[in-house]
Amino acid sequence: MGRLLNTILIGVSGGSIYSLMALALVLVWRSTRVVNFAQAGQAILSTYIGYVVITHTDNYWIAFPVALVAGALAGALIDILMVRTLMKRAHSGPVAGIAPVIATLGLLGLIRAVVGMIWGGDLRQFKLPVSNHGFTFGHNTIPFAPINLLIVVTTVVVMLIFSLIFQRTNLGLSLRASAYQPEIARLAGIRVDLTRTIGWAFAGAAGAVAGMLVTPTNYLSPNSLDLLLVSGFVAAVIGGLESLVGAAVGGLILGISLALVLEYVSSSLAFPVAFVVLIAVLLFKPSGLIGAKRTRHA
Amino acid sequence: MSGLVISQLNISHGAIRAVNDLSFTVQPGQLAAVIGSNGAGKTTLLRTLSGLKSAHSGSVEWNGESILRKKPEDLVRSGIVHVSDGKSVIPELTVKENLALGGIWRKDKKDVALATEEAIDLFPRLGERLQQSADTLSGGERQMLAIGRALIARPKLLLLDEPSLGLAPLVIDQIFQAIKSLRDRHNLTVVLVEQNAMGALRIADIGIIINLGKLVASGPAHELIDNPSLRAAYLGY
Repeated sequence: MGRLLNTILIGVSGGSIYSLMALALVLVWRSTRVVNFAQAGQAILSTYIGYVVITHTDNYWIAFPVALVAGALAGALIDILMVRTLMKRAHSGPVAGIAPVIATLGLLGLIRAVVGMIWGGDLRQFKLPVSNHGFTFGHNTIPFAPINLLIVVTTVVVMLIFSLIFQRTNLGLSLRASAYQPEIARLAGIRVDLTRTIGWAFAGAAGAVAGMLVTPTNYLSPNSLDLLLVSGFVAAVIGGLESLVGAAVGGLILGISLALVLEYVSSSLAFPVAFVVLIAVLLFKPSGLIGAKRTRHA
Repeated sequence: MSGLVISQLNISHGAIRAVNDLSFTVQPGQLAAVIGSNGAGKTTLLRTLSGLKSAHSGSVEWNGESILRKKPEDLVRSGIVHVSDGKSVIPELTVKENLALGGIWRKDKKDVALATEEAIDLFPRLGERLQQSADTLSGGERQMLAIGRALIARPKLLLLDEPSLGLAPLVIDQIFQAIKSLRDRHNLTVVLVEQNAMGALRIADIGIIINLGKLVASGPAHELIDNPSLRAAYLGY
């Protein structure tokens, strides 16, 4: 029983990171209908910027907001400089839907190359912001450590902030209206282009948080977040690609399943399991577990 | 010159000329019904007036200022509000959120609250359904919501695209009466695009009949209603 609980706790911690990455992908998907492969690149760039701040200040808590702002700026710039132009130029024909997606894939390679040129390909490590030694209860030490608690709490806070913005503010209403019905949003006076850019900035910030949280228990290299991109996609699709709650739930389902397989079956199965979960969801519930309702338009 | 002045307007849909050399004027405070069958160019005309579509040539002035080549989000800020066809509401949002969209860009939040109350007074059904998803509304209620949202922007020129489409006769009557009372109360200028010629001309001051993008006839609404040749050819009764 203790073993199961411990495994689930570790799964929740890992799943939180997937949720954040899924959130980033969902935010971009909702605002511009683009599957953003560059998200891993944006996150790695932000995390390297965080790394530079840590090496200069020796303080994770200064690096964290810097990385977050860098992520938001990178996201906004990518939308303004690349995605917006592509969507306006290639608005019809077979290339229209796919052009921005392919462009993000190319951008991922570009960002990784630039990061490699600046910082080299060596594996680097962060100073841990809090301990990674498991909590101790009496004589028992569990695998769940303060760093895991930090990951879970930060994720919950980020998710809460985003859901408050989306549900309670005019900005959130603009973001939702622009995502669902851009034309009606424009007719209501919303500046949809600007709103989309804000969506990209939010996504960039969420991706940066994921990078800053996962790296302390891992290592940093130009492609150390690639696997996280895959997990984030799986989590986002499990959650239906449309909803914030879906991203959170998808990340947790994936995180806990992976932790259970790692603990009870074999560590070499982790990657295949992610795909088994994904394919199972796509086969039996193609719109995702929390997919958007299909509404009929009269 | 004040009011809405459209002169020699040409609008293309790819290779097709959807609106052809169209000219007419709507005086401030007038309710103009633009009548025509499917494909006459009515919707294209409205989409151009609200900035969603660009014109090929010609000019459109509102109170002396050219409004062609302006973006819809800017035109809304100068009082030109378009209720597009297809019961223009966002079904994923609640009724309250759909209404809130109408005033989202406005700074004067007190007046937004006041305008929201007025919209709910005009369509009490909306007030009973504020927390419901707009998806649950009937066609008539959706149209009320779309018009209600437009009113919260405090329009000066209201562009309505086929508000009667797909509605039951009783509901159509209700919507038309609401449009008329709005015009009377707020001194709105209204361009009402309709296939329901009789219903629209009854509440309108002037009528503009178009066919295949060209002007067929225009004049005081009651004269158009009484014109036997127009009746047979375009008004369908």
